[in-house]
Amino acid sequence: MAKVLMKGNEAIGEAAVLAGCRYYFGYPITPQSELPAYLARRLPEVDGVFVQAESEVAAINMVYGAGSAGARVMTSSSSPGISLKQEGISYIAGAEVPCLIVNVMRGGPGLGNIAPAQSDYWQATRGGGHGDYRTIVLAPNSVQEMADMTIAGFEFADRFRNPVLLLSDGVLGQMMEPVNLPEPRDYDVNSKKWALGYKGSDKTERNLCSSIFLDQDELEEHNWHLYQKYQVVTDLFSKGEFKDFAVEEHLCDDAEIILVGYGIISRILKTVVEKCRKRGIKAGMVRPKVLWPFPTGVFERLAKTASQFLVVEMSCGQMVEDVKLSVDGKKPVFFFGRTGGTVPSDFEILNEVDKLVRPD
Amino acid sequence: MTMKKVFSRPASLSKTPFHYCPGCDHGVIHRLVAEAIDELEVADRTIGVAPVGCSVFAYDYFNFDFNQAPHGRAPAVATGIKRTRPESIVFTYQGDGDLAAIGTAEIIHAANRGENMTVVFVNNAIYGMTGGQMAPTSLIGMKTQTSPYGRDAATAGHPIHMSEMIATLESPVYVTRVTINNVANLMKAKKAILNAFKLQKEGKGFAFVEVVAICPTNWGKKPADAHKWLTENMLPVFPLGTFKDTHGVEKAA
Amino acid sequence: MSSKVERIILAGFGGQGVLFLGKVIAETGMHAGKFVSWIPSYGPEMRGGTANCSVILSENEIASPMVTVPDTVIAMNRPSVTKFNQKIKAGGMLMYNSSLIERQEFRDDIRLVEIPANEIAEELGNPKVANLVMAGAYSKFSKLITFDDLVACLPNLVKGAKKEMLDINLAAFKKGFDFVEEKKYMFGRYVYSVFKGI
Repeated sequence: MAKVLMKGNEAIGEAAVLAGCRYYFGYPITPQSELPAYLARRLPEVDGVFVQAESEVAAINMVYGAGSAGARVMTSSSSPGISLKQEGISYIAGAEVPCLIVNVMRGGPGLGNIAPAQSDYWQATRGGGHGDYRTIVLAPNSVQEMADMTIAGFEFADRFRNPVLLLSDGVLGQMMEPVNLPEPRDYDVNSKKWALGYKGSDKTERNLCSSIFLDQDELEEHNWHLYQKYQVVTDLFSKGEFKDFAVEEHLCDDAEIILVGYGIISRILKTVVEKCRKRGIKAGMVRPKVLWPFPTGVFERLAKTASQFLVVEMSCGQMVEDVKLSVDGKKPVFFFGRTGGTVPSDFEILNEVDKLVRPD
Repeated sequence: MTMKKVFSRPASLSKTPFHYCPGCDHGVIHRLVAEAIDELEVADRTIGVAPVGCSVFAYDYFNFDFNQAPHGRAPAVATGIKRTRPESIVFTYQGDGDLAAIGTAEIIHAANRGENMTVVFVNNAIYGMTGGQMAPTSLIGMKTQTSPYGRDAATAGHPIHMSEMIATLESPVYVTRVTINNVANLMKAKKAILNAFKLQKEGKGFAFVEVVAICPTNWGKKPADAHKWLTENMLPVFPLGTFKDTHGVEKAA
Repeated sequence: MSSKVERIILAGFGGQGVLFLGKVIAETGMHAGKFVSWIPSYGPEMRGGTANCSVILSENEIASPMVTVPDTVIAMNRPSVTKFNQKIKAGGMLMYNSSLIERQEFRDDIRLVEIPANEIAEELGNPKVANLVMAGAYSKFSKLITFDDLVACLPNLVKGAKKEMLDINLAAFKKGFDFVEEKKYMFGRYVYSVFKGI
């Protein structure tokens, strides 16, 4: 297929269709509105279902219903709307229903503004809703990855029977870049034996999708079951099949200072690294592509070779805590952030690097 | 001479003993749902959505697939299920706190979209599972755990009439209010629930059956007294009747 | 202007089609086999105020798609000059719509190119194609896209458009390109000199 110039939000929509997603439930919010608009037009072309729900709360519960009935299903929103969806996400995680949730992050807290931000990292990676659960969190940094990670997200969701969160931001959602779209995949709504309404001849008893375990022993057993699943996922992303998917390293081998950022920030950091190298500063970059499970291994390794880390985020400092946990005090970890919708420029980051490598 | 079996458990009802309080109406209403599904022969493609509230364990008492939904969200969950599996018979079974308070938006909009589903709304004017708090349908002056001086319209508003509200919408095809306080009304309720499922089976659209019911435990009354109280106090506020019947399903029957 | 990468900010009133102008340049770059990116400013400022977008054309993979120091600013209205004039890289270019922007004291370390885009578009009978006049003019300066690339890409940009519409778009490209080709535009320090009364 030829390259297409698309907005990030639209690339997610088209990739979802190509991944076999036929169900979208959502509610309008900037800066992700191109995505529902795209799917409202596109899904009917493939006999899919698009519902503009009465609220974010309703939308995520429609996702819960469709996912529990075996659908490849998604919703999308931006920060305040994702807060509203947390109730449903907790139920979905508890009932182990696969789905894809897209957050095109904007400035918070509260109504904040509609400019790009990365201040939902904690909400995304710590669960966000109530209870002992995890969501797999993917962080694209280009329009191409918006598409690729949408498809990967559906695959992970189905494989682990877990909600997957695509954590993007206003820049990635709104920007256009060329995209290579993959071939469409078939998805059979009747392929999940556990799903409500499953019709296989091997169905021996009725199916139930539930997150209630009133008996405390049963709930404990269920929670440890979830925990074990999360351990399996963690292992696959840290040392197994998806090890390379989870993290991008750029010029780290001889680097003295490691710049760390995800999403759009990592693109800027790459420019900063280029500029550093031109000035003779041995800088490298680590980009976590998966934010949960967090790629701790790369930091453990680089803590042995690099002399310091600088984490850059469009927040007051959230992922920096995971980096510190991973570096485990072996080397200093510094932070630089812009918030409220300002994307830091390569110059101001370079200035920070200068301060660290040439303290006087 | 062999004896003819005239009464048995509906096939759709499981053998799990009800956990409901003695005298509670839920058991009877569950049975009416199960009978309707058996009569329409759709048990193999029925999916129920259980809410939060006393009937949170409704899934234990039926023999078909079930989803346990967040509080008030059953109509949204049911929307997702029905859109994914349009051939299924999907219903929600919700109480007054669930449907008329926290889930008001979900029920109104599922009704307004005309989702082809059935809603069984059990209105007993109180929160049961959490221990007897004031509900949106509690009567004026009704004493509950959170209205110890009686519901005061000035601060807590008036009992909300969900059937009447939903009947104002264009899309729903059947909206009716029934009760099971005596045999005659029980038979009418049975018929109404059957109608509501039948309409869905025929693809006609959104059907809503409100069942005015008792909560002997939280009302602090014996079951017989509770039914008497219901007749004398609730029915004047929540009059029985059919508010909408677009396809004339009641006349046809 | 570096031969490897061109960073452009395009700005104007909402309704002047600057986002589309950016898309024209980016899409043309993509079809010409270049790496491209396009980022809009968005939100309330889209409604009535100034709109702008950033476009990068590059021979290499684009690291940061953010344009902080543009090589070129294409300004369709006066507020855009005020907003972006000082950000242009020394030795860069300010291409401005002289139909709406009067001569003034610009910087003298940048190349100044004035194109009467509205007048040219009106001559063509459609004031809405002023943005495409600028695209044609830009292609004359670009080292990464050519006028022929623009023409070749046009059908991708206005899918399903009538031939009439395609013709006028093409004419707008051509007029813009020719305006530069024939050196009708005021150039560089000359504008500055005129202003200074030298």
